[in-house]
Amino acid sequence: MIVTTMFVMKRQFQNGKWEHEINTRDFIAQNITPYDGDASFLVGPTEATKKLWEQARTLLATETKRGGVLDIDIQIIPSITSHQPGYLDKHLEKIVGFQTDAPLKRAIKPYGGVRVVEQACAENGYALDEKVIEIFTKYRKSHNDGVFDAYTKTMRQLRSSGILTGLPDNYARGRIIGDYRRVALYGIDRLIEAKQADKDLLDGVMTDEVIRLREEVSEQIRALSEMKVMAASYGFDIARPAETAQEAIQWTWLGFLAALKEQDGAAMSLGNVSSFFDIYLERDLAAGVLDEAGAQELVDHFIMKCRMIRHLRMNAYNELFAGDPTWITEAVGGFFANGQHKITKTSFRFLQSLYNLGPSPEPNLTILWSSKLPAGFKEFCAKVSIDTSSLQYENDELMREVSACDDYCIACCVSMMETGKEMQFFGARCNLAKALLMALNEGKDENSGEIIVPGIERLTDGPISYEDFQVRFEKTIAYLAKAYVNTMDVIHYMHDKYYYERAQMALMDTHVKRNMAFGIAGLSVVADSISAIKYAKVTPIRDEQGLTKEFQVEGDYPLYGNDDDRVDSIATELVKKFNAELGKQHIYRNATPTLSVLTITSNVVYGKKTGATPDGRKAGEAFAPGANPMHGRDHSGAIASLNSVAKIDYRDARDGVSNTFSIVPKTLGENKATQVKNLLAMLDGYFEQKAHHLNVNVLNRETLEDAMQHPELYPQLTIRVSGYAVNFVKLSKAHQQEVIARTFHQSM
Amino acid sequence: MLRIHSIDTFGTHDGPGIRLVVFTQGCQFRCVYCHNPDTQDLETSAMKLLSVEQILAILRKGKSYYGADGGLTVSGGEPTLQAAELIELFTACKQHNVHTCLDTCGAIFDQTVQQLYDLTDIVLLDVKHIDPIWHQRLTKASNENVLKNAAYREQTGGAMWLRYVLVPGWTDQEEHLHAWARYFQAYRSVTRVELIPYHELGVYKYRSLGRPYALEGVSPPTLAAITQAATIFRNYLGDKVVVV
Repeated sequence: MIVTTMFVMKRQFQNGKWEHEINTRDFIAQNITPYDGDASFLVGPTEATKKLWEQARTLLATETKRGGVLDIDIQIIPSITSHQPGYLDKHLEKIVGFQTDAPLKRAIKPYGGVRVVEQACAENGYALDEKVIEIFTKYRKSHNDGVFDAYTKTMRQLRSSGILTGLPDNYARGRIIGDYRRVALYGIDRLIEAKQADKDLLDGVMTDEVIRLREEVSEQIRALSEMKVMAASYGFDIARPAETAQEAIQWTWLGFLAALKEQDGAAMSLGNVSSFFDIYLERDLAAGVLDEAGAQELVDHFIMKCRMIRHLRMNAYNELFAGDPTWITEAVGGFFANGQHKITKTSFRFLQSLYNLGPSPEPNLTILWSSKLPAGFKEFCAKVSIDTSSLQYENDELMREVSACDDYCIACCVSMMETGKEMQFFGARCNLAKALLMALNEGKDENSGEIIVPGIERLTDGPISYEDFQVRFEKTIAYLAKAYVNTMDVIHYMHDKYYYERAQMALMDTHVKRNMAFGIAGLSVVADSISAIKYAKVTPIRDEQGLTKEFQVEGDYPLYGNDDDRVDSIATELVKKFNAELGKQHIYRNATPTLSVLTITSNVVYGKKTGATPDGRKAGEAFAPGANPMHGRDHSGAIASLNSVAKIDYRDARDGVSNTFSIVPKTLGENKATQVKNLLAMLDGYFEQKAHHLNVNVLNRETLEDAMQHPELYPQLTIRVSGYAVNFVKLSKAHQQEVIARTFHQSM
Repeated sequence: MLRIHSIDTFGTHDGPGIRLVVFTQGCQFRCVYCHNPDTQDLETSAMKLLSVEQILAILRKGKSYYGADGGLTVSGGEPTLQAAELIELFTACKQHNVHTCLDTCGAIFDQTVQQLYDLTDIVLLDVKHIDPIWHQRLTKASNENVLKNAAYREQTGGAMWLRYVLVPGWTDQEEHLHAWARYFQAYRSVTRVELIPYHELGVYKYRSLGRPYALEGVSPPTLAAITQAATIFRNYLGDKVVVV
């Protein structure tokens, strides 16, 4: 129940630096009410929530029935204010606002590339409005056009051979998170004031850099003004700070929504809002204007909004990132630098939504883990993981130690960034398995025979000499790292120019730290292949062109995933080496290079484009996801498998080391209590070794097989893939099979 | 050196918590329902020879996971066939504060095994049948030593978990279930009794070994049969009884 606040005396917020500068972190640190108890205070959904979610589920089912897209607005070129307000059920919704004028109706985003939008429309049975096509072919250039204008021949080659795949040159880069909490805490007027002050200081010699930033800040201020207009259309005055919990959540949502209306970045994550919301919820609860049911209702309604975010994608995009993900990643938990944990009752409430509304991939709930978190919260997390397979975990102690910041969020899957202060230029990944084959094939693509890497000498016939291979492989890696950076520079220059994220950047500091996030795919395939070359005898079988088609392997060799240093060190050294190569290059806007060992679901596509490898993987076969050992090769049990991955040094892969762990419930323990205890021991054990990330699936393979046969019975079956979660039934058949083929840790 | 069939670094079914489970090679029993028939021969070409130091090294690598409850379980096969080597291993575990379980069928009763029991935190003893004739039929060996081992553990005071596999037509006779549970009713060493419904997961191994499978056509017990057996056990042993 919410009463108007005029008659209620509310607790004042604690004073602090946050009053004198834009500093959400300080506000939270001063005002948080840490919670050390257990989950017993939580409540189920209210009647309004149940009704509303039922309506949403009906719409979601229709969307699935229509092949994954409910509706497309083919006409309106979107901006923050372009669409009329949209509602699911105006009378029941406590938190309102959709990207377009109706729930699940997708907007076109032609600034990224009009042909991309045209194709996505066509693939879903829609025809993009002629006028839009005309505008974006005759009068307005897009990001995609800009990139291809500047791409060199080499860059096109790297792209088409599949060694650099999934680059954000025909979709928006995403991975930028505005500090949406600022809208609630300060109100838009104060934020505009601060931006104006920043802009005034950008004076003096007009270098490219200063001019660009002045223009960008102007755009940001314009976006902030438009946010007020958009909010007013829903009946809210967000010029001023939020007063109540409902307002705080609503204001935050509207800030996020502004970004979601204009942009369709691959991952537009949410941040770390739960304990911020908690401050307002606690205040309203203390004032007696809200009860627990009401608090949970606000959270549930906000979560529903997160679950209904949609972007329009091409089929080619879906092959890379399967299951229509939006990566509304919300980081929950962790500690402040002073040792105070950040768990609040609202951390619990966010997780509780998985019971109240059922499991779901979105928002991508990410627990910032430490063995020192309160026991009640840890146990609840483990229980939620076992019941829903919807959580992922990242090592809070490690990330705080390496980055020296304690108010951070996770972009997309596993990428840490300081909230409101740090952004990244996302850059897909380099296919290292293919790089390995190029080293064995005189720098040629093993499928086309085209020379991709110049200057790689031919290997002598017969078994591969490890030393000869090493020389060639290092040369290949060095060349590719350089070419990769160059390609990314082009992409992000053009993205800034034609598809600048003014709404997100408006909610960040004017002088942000920029990272450029590179990635590698096929780590386990390469580690095992090099292990075979080093410890066994590997003889390539070549076709008439001299390209490797298969490999004959004699003798035993250690496999990654069994806690064997002989091969695990190959993997860790490779990550170190590639990261070091990236560090040698000049990078656009002086960004810091970061590296991830994360494939999302692109491990299937990368595998498809890659010939047979010396580890026995056949041509076209999927790679293991992220840093995972190859399916079925980690035969020494779960701990040995986890230990191998934990050896990869996070300092060499600051954009994240993703490990997806699937275990059969029975293997985790014979009953729920034991399963919870064992999962906690496992998480503590893994992260104690400075491992970075873990996706936890607690599922039977049979459930997945049955869901493939009868998808209609499993509309909410959620499974963690690489760094995010998906509705299993929304995956393509190839992706479903790949998930089923993965190692499910199982004991007899 | 220990003759090892295989190792599971994440065992949750043989003792408390998360455990390193070492399956030894070789067993004297030939249980009709054995789900690891490939561990029965004393030696195979696939087995590994591991030193005590090597096993300790694996344990060290998993230490952060095993926590306060977990530790090491030696199973098999029949571990007491290699009791002398295990004494060395368990002595080292004691020194390093590693919790130990010994999963045994109790076939060997001698001083070496007793010494091993004394070093073991929890003995997991399979008492496969209470009736000597049925036991012989089921395992091709007598249960005399099994019961002597149980009695020894009871006298010496360490903790013991009993395990019983429920196989339709073989181990589900009502009178024997009563006799089994009654036999252990007064045992103070017994802290847990695991009733394990027979499963068919090991059948494929017989096929791959080219061996006939004695329980061909026997289905796992029904839920009703499991409940009935558990009720009988609980009459004597109370809530120590768990169906796993």
